[in-house]
Amino acid sequence: MDMVTAIIDGCGVEVAKGTTILEAAKTVGIKIPTLCYHPDQFIKANCRVCVVEVEGVQLLQAACATAVNEGMVVKTNTSAVRDARKTILELILAHHPQDCLHCIRNQKCELQTLASEYNIRDIRFDQVDRGLALDLTSPSIHRDPNKCIKCGRCIEVCERVQTVAVYSKYDRGFDVGVAPALNLGLGDVACINCGQCVLACPVGAIYENDQHDQVWDAINDPEKHVVCQMAPAIRVALAEEFGLNSGELQMGKIVAALRQIGFDKVMHTNFTADLTIIEEGNELLQRINNGGKLPMITSCSPGWIKFCEHNFPDFLENLSTCKSPQQMFGALVKTYYAEKSGIDPAKIYSVSFMPCTAKKYECARPEMNSSGYQDVDAVLTTRELARMIRESGIDIVNIAPEEFDAPMGIYTGAAVIFGATGGVMEAALRTVYEVATGDTLNDINFTAVRGMEGIKEATVNLAGTEVKVAVAHTTGNARKLLEAIRAGEKFYHFIEVMACPGGCIGGGGQPIGTINEKRQFRIDAIYEEDLGLPMRKSHENPAITQIYEEFLKTPLGHKSHELLHTHYTKRSLYPFSKEQL
Amino acid sequence: MTNNYTNRPIDQIIAEFKDVKGGLLPALHAIDDEYRAIPQEALVKLSQVLNIPVAQVYGVATFYAKFAVGQRGRNIIRFCESAPCHIAGAAKLIADMEDQLGIKVGETTLDGKFTLEFCQCVGMCQSAPVFTINQQPYYNVLTDEIPEILARF
Repeated sequence: MDMVTAIIDGCGVEVAKGTTILEAAKTVGIKIPTLCYHPDQFIKANCRVCVVEVEGVQLLQAACATAVNEGMVVKTNTSAVRDARKTILELILAHHPQDCLHCIRNQKCELQTLASEYNIRDIRFDQVDRGLALDLTSPSIHRDPNKCIKCGRCIEVCERVQTVAVYSKYDRGFDVGVAPALNLGLGDVACINCGQCVLACPVGAIYENDQHDQVWDAINDPEKHVVCQMAPAIRVALAEEFGLNSGELQMGKIVAALRQIGFDKVMHTNFTADLTIIEEGNELLQRINNGGKLPMITSCSPGWIKFCEHNFPDFLENLSTCKSPQQMFGALVKTYYAEKSGIDPAKIYSVSFMPCTAKKYECARPEMNSSGYQDVDAVLTTRELARMIRESGIDIVNIAPEEFDAPMGIYTGAAVIFGATGGVMEAALRTVYEVATGDTLNDINFTAVRGMEGIKEATVNLAGTEVKVAVAHTTGNARKLLEAIRAGEKFYHFIEVMACPGGCIGGGGQPIGTINEKRQFRIDAIYEEDLGLPMRKSHENPAITQIYEEFLKTPLGHKSHELLHTHYTKRSLYPFSKEQL
Repeated sequence: MTNNYTNRPIDQIIAEFKDVKGGLLPALHAIDDEYRAIPQEALVKLSQVLNIPVAQVYGVATFYAKFAVGQRGRNIIRFCESAPCHIAGAAKLIADMEDQLGIKVGETTLDGKFTLEFCQCVGMCQSAPVFTINQQPYYNVLTDEIPEILARF
């Protein structure tokens, strides 16, 4: 590798040719401020806050976009540099509402942090109120375009990573803004609600539809029996909200916190993740044995489902008819659980904690009412859960752990790994293999389907049939996979798709600061949890056996179809079209 | 000098650019030539035929001052808002034009005949202030010449 040497603030650095000043400075402990820069994205160099002095160059250079040359002498901390950065920050702040104290991103805002680090005490420029309307059209994601600093990070993640491309810059110069086509709301375009734009936004311009107040209202209502479920990807990320490393927060502590908050029953989506494996595994075997539509594609990720409905309507029959674990749980809480505990389902308020903004849209789909009521009443993201815990004054790090409520709180390691890309596939293979062959798996770790690679493939021998499987995460990778299948270049029996990078652990409802490096930590924590559990195969979950005996009777049976399976809707890609968006 | 817009169907115009590399801008020009604006449904059609996300089509159509998404009058009057014209008294001439037309910049006359807009420098600073009507530049215009110019349309 070609190396170059340079001097940054008096320190000699040796870095690979092509390394930017920003990255080179990091290696010697020099922090250069950034706003439009994102470690998982291309260089944009439009905010200019990373400017530095380069000897022999008259103008200040953007450190994120300037490669280190041999012998380069860089100064990152001169008064000219500091003054320029302050001026840039003041210019941005002059176009940014000054309501930090009650902004949803208060203390988690990159602009606010820089304003603090650079001691911005007053702004020399006139404050401009852009007077743009809030976008509240989507049930998942809201936008305040007045706060937008036009960095373009949301555009890139939506367009390049997800290939959804609902955002674009519009107009020119002073009037530039970022919005969906025709300045429509996110609810009026083909947005899949994945929320990756929320994670990409450095400020409070894009955020989840915060509904935690509604949940407080339900908890405070003595007539309501409030139950909750929690997705497997929550635990590893919630830790980060409270200053711990990804895997460090014990599950039991979250259970205890939820009881203190006031939930009548604390249960786990993992229970219905195990149930999903039984239903979906049987559906797969049925499709393979009876010449059903293949490949079968998983249906747990509501961002992926909406993406498929908009972009690949010819694949809707390939989607597993299984509802997502959240919606299976919702349907069962107001039927099975209500029956078992003798509670009127009309009085049950069902809350779901998810790493996902698309789940807010999913729970409001008109077909998700098979219990006779809206199956899940409210979906809160990991961020909203953290808000409730803080608001309650609970010291979650030091609280004494408690157990989940039975039976819908009993789960296996197979359910835990649903949180990571490849997890649903691996969980399904663990069960399908044993059900199809009658043998016991020697090694239940299907490592070929794990990890952050965009598309993963594997072949498994199921009692003589070579079953080809593939796993894709991000809808951009799903698009590649489906286009290859459509073109006849690839064939698979079974495909797992998760809309978000890394799977649910990287979901749009996860803590601000979710970057690929963190996603990997969370994935590691998820597999560690799986490894430590006594049961690691869904079909070995005694609570699952019990629910079939007592209630569902048989996988894919009448009751399952009524409560656990669903159908999909062809949707238009375009606004103003006669088809449903 | 009145333009004869044939109002060719949008589908027909866009179809000509189907396999043209970089066809978006020429297609926008072709639509603008016929309709004096980019109708909303044209954005969707462009997206479908050229296989470009509709948000990006919108981004391009709003970037250029020559295009306007929605509807405009049959004739577009554009005043240069750059510094040389400003110094040469563009503000006064614009105000006079607004008075004559009975509209403000950004608006269209009730009969749909004229839309008044700003534009960037048209490169005729030697004769500032400058405005254009459709493709034709008008320079060194005095206030009392405005009615005669407008009467040509």
